[in-house]
Amino acid sequence: MCLAIPVKVISVEGTSARVIIEDVEYTASLLLLDDVKPGDFIMLHAGFAIEKVDPREAAETLQLLLDMEKNRTN
Amino acid sequence: MKYVDEYRKKELILSVAEKLNTISKKEIVLMEVCGGHTMAIHRFGLTSLLPSNIHLISGPGCPVCVSSQHFIDLSMAYSRIPGIIITTYGDLIRVPGSSTSLEKERAAGSDIRIVYSVLESLEIAKKNSEKNIIFLGIGFETTAPATAAAILQAKKDKINNFYVLSAHKIMPPVMKELVKEGVKIDGFIAPGHVSAITGTGIYNELASVYGLGVVVAGFEPADLMQAVLMLAVQIETGTQKVDVQYQRVVHKEGNTIAQQLLNEVFVHGDDRWRGLGIIPESGLKISDDFSSFDAEKHFFVEIPESREPKGCICGQILRGLKTPVDCSLFAGKCTPSDPVGACMVSGEGTCATYYKYRF
Repeated sequence: MCLAIPVKVISVEGTSARVIIEDVEYTASLLLLDDVKPGDFIMLHAGFAIEKVDPREAAETLQLLLDMEKNRTN
Repeated sequence: MKYVDEYRKKELILSVAEKLNTISKKEIVLMEVCGGHTMAIHRFGLTSLLPSNIHLISGPGCPVCVSSQHFIDLSMAYSRIPGIIITTYGDLIRVPGSSTSLEKERAAGSDIRIVYSVLESLEIAKKNSEKNIIFLGIGFETTAPATAAAILQAKKDKINNFYVLSAHKIMPPVMKELVKEGVKIDGFIAPGHVSAITGTGIYNELASVYGLGVVVAGFEPADLMQAVLMLAVQIETGTQKVDVQYQRVVHKEGNTIAQQLLNEVFVHGDDRWRGLGIIPESGLKISDDFSSFDAEKHFFVEIPESREPKGCICGQILRGLKTPVDCSLFAGKCTPSDPVGACMVSGEGTCATYYKYRF
C-alpha cells in the first residue's frame, strides 16, 4: 500500500508532472512536492509525487554496498 | 529501472549477508513494520540469507489488514445507498466484511469503482453531479496526504458531492503500543515511505525511552539487508538509535508540504485497528473545518455489530505474536482466491505473502 516507485520526470506543468514508468507516460500530481524539474526522479505513490530521489545520497549508499562487495572479493 | 536494479544485484546482497554473518552474535528479533517490506523480504528470499540468530517478524503496517471490520461493514452499507458511488483503492474491495464484501456488493449492483489516485474520485464527482461520491480513505502517513490534497482541491473547485470515509492511521502510536504490550523485539525496520513524509523524529521515543534500534529502510533487497546489518551493529555494540538506510529518499525533517496538508485537514483521534482494538490518537479524522467532506457527518446507516471472522488469527499476526503457519485456516479454508481474513487479501498482507512465497 505504501509502495512508491522511482520515476523520471519529463515535463512539468503547474501542479502536474509527466513521468515515465518503464515505457508508459503518466501524469503525476505535484500537490505534495515543489521544485520539481524535468530530469528529476520522483517517488510516485498513488498518483502523487511524495519525494525526490537524491542522486548524491543514492550514489553514497550504493558506494557503501560496493565497498562491502570489494572487500569480500579481496 | 534506475534506483531499483542497482539494489537488486546478487553480489551486493550476498556481501552484506556475509558481513552480517561475521558481526552478528546475539539472538535478535527485528520487526519490519511495513507490509511492503514484508513482501520484499519474502519475494527476494532474504530470510534464507540471514544468520540463524536474527529473526524477522512482520508488524501492523498493511493498511488493508488493519482496517477494522466496522469500517468495512460501514463501507458496504454506504455502497447500498441509492445514488452513491464508492471509490476505493483496489485491495480493499475483496476484504470480507461481517456478511459480504464490496466485491460482492458490486456484483449485486452497487456502483463501486477502483481508483489508482484519489484525484480520480474528483473527476468522477464532476462527471456525476447528481450522485454523491464517497472515497474510502485507507493508508498511513504515506497515503493520507493525498486524501488531504484531494479534499483541499475539492474545496477550491467547489465540488460539493465528494466525501471521504477516513480510516487513515498513523504509525507511531501502534509501534509504541506493541512495545508497551510486551511484544519481544530488539529493533524496528522502520517504514521508508511513511518516513519520507513524517521525517525520522517520530521514532526518537522508541530509541531513547525503550532502548530499541530503529533503521528506516528502502524496499529493495540490498536496502533491507543493509538495514538489518545496521540494526545488528547497533544491537551488538549497544548503540541503539534512530538511523536511516534509505538516505536517497528520506530526510530527517520529512516532506513538510505533506505534513502541512495533514495538519490542515485532519486531527488525531482514537481509532480501531483490526485485532488490536482501539489505539488512542492513532487515527486521522477529518477536522471540523472540513466536515462538509466527511462521509460520516452526512450519511447515516445502521449496521449490525461487526464480527471478526471465526478462527482467523490476523490480529495476533499483526502484533507479531504468531505467523500464518500457526493458523488452522491458513492455506486450507483461507487462500488468496477465497480469503477469510484481511491479512490474506492484501498483496502485502503477511498471510498472502507467506502463501505466495513460502508455501
